[in-house]
This record gives sequence, structure tokens and C-alpha cells, in this order.
Amino acid sequence: MSEENDGKKFMFVNRRAPYGTIYAQESLEVVLIAAALEQDVSLLFIDDGVFQLTKGQNTEGVGMKNFSPAYAALGDYDVSKLYVEKESLEERGLTLDDLQHLTWEDEDDDWAEKDSIRLVSRDEVKKLIEEQDVLLSF
Amino acid sequence: MKYAIMINEGPYNHQASDTAYNFCKAALDKGHEIIRVFFYHDGVNNATRLGVPPQDDRNITEKWVALGKEHDLDLSVCVAAAQRRGLLDEGEAQRWGKDVNNIAEVFHITGLGQLVEACIQADRLVEFGD
Repeated sequence: MSEENDGKKFMFVNRRAPYGTIYAQESLEVVLIAAALEQDVSLLFIDDGVFQLTKGQNTEGVGMKNFSPAYAALGDYDVSKLYVEKESLEERGLTLDDLQHLTWEDEDDDWAEKDSIRLVSRDEVKKLIEEQDVLLSF
Repeated sequence: MKYAIMINEGPYNHQASDTAYNFCKAALDKGHEIIRVFFYHDGVNNATRLGVPPQDDRNITEKWVALGKEHDLDLSVCVAAAQRRGLLDEGEAQRWGKDVNNIAEVFHITGLGQLVEACIQADRLVEFGD
């Protein structure tokens, strides 16, 4: 996908752990619709929201649906900007290696496979938020 | 200004719906436009017509219905979130073989595309919830 997009800039701010509440799961449903309607979609993971992207999730014990494979499909929907706040990761003892390796294919670069997750600092998060037209916080 | 409103929490347990109602009323009184009120997550529970709160308490659903009628508001309830939580209109109840429907008048069931579309058309999205 190209970085240019005639749609509005939609940012989905994911603040909560993946299970325990349904917000993360239902947030993804809106993300897919916004992407299907060709908006300029990005996701931001802060606070416990960074746990949503951890790899090796197993929900058997809690009897909930493991929806984490859906994050790997985001690239196919041209959702290529997944911002993860560095400080939130560090505060929880996590590193990039604990997260799924998520990629997208860049149409403008001979379909080169590129990383979707972009680590950003808390200061950069403020700037990113200011750039958005629509913020949806979950 | 054109506002899109999103309500993410159910009635009574949480103040989100009350606050959103007051916000909409104030915005409309000032001459602003509410292009859509979208109920998502547990917010869909605001649309049940079967709630019977004590008489000395407010009936949030009826307040929305009255405001909706007065200003011809679009009160949209997300279909996927509603199905999960047992909020069905007549058509949905029939489709799923349920013996009852419970969506209050004025509210209507619709898809998430209507939320995104409202965000596109509005100057501001204002979200009420945690």
C-alpha cells in the first residue's frame, strides 16, 4: 500500500490487555471495517495494550477465543502501521522479541515484505496523536 | 459543528450513556448537529426496551428515545455487538429463531460501516466510555 491515502487518518488506540475485557477484540472489528472503507488506518498500542501483540497466546484455560492470529492478517487489509510505545513495553518487562513478527507487503517497493510494528517513544506518540483526524480509543 | 457520538458502556452500571445524552442535548441546544449516535461494546444494552428501572430513577433508554424523536436522531446499534449480547430487532429475532425482540423504538440495528462513515462525515468523533 502507498503511504498516500485519500481517506481520513484513523488511529485506533489500544490500551487494554487482550483478554479480561472484550475491548481489544471488538476494536479489531472496527479496524477491519475502516481499512475496508479505504481509510488511512494505524494502530497504537500503549499501556497494557502492548500485551495484545504478544506471541504464543493460549486461551485454553480461560475458555475465550484466541483472536491473536487476526493481527497477522492486518497486512492483507493494507494496515501496515502498528505503533508500539517503547516505554509501555519496558515497564512490563517486554521486548520486541516477545511480540508477533507482523509484516505487510509494500506495493510501491516490488511487494517487499516489511515490518508492521514500529517502536515509538512516548514523545513520538504525542506527535502521532496530533496528526490524526479520528481517534478511536479502546 | 458536526458530531459523531460513540457510546461504549451499558446503562446504569456506567455513567457514559448519561454523559453522552447530556452532551448531545447541550450540543443540539447550541445548534450543533449530531450526525449519528453509535452504540458499541456493552453500549448496545442502552437500546433494550425491556428495562424497568425503579420509578424514582431515570430510564436512560426512554430518555434517548425522547431525544431521538425530538431531534430526529440516528441511534445506531452495532449488529455484531448486539447479537453477542442478545439485543435483537424483529428481523434479527426471526433470523436467529428467537421468540422475542427487544430493541426500543427509534434505535435501529446497523453495521460498523455506519460508525466509520459517521467518523468520516463528522468534524469530531466524541467517545463515551472507559
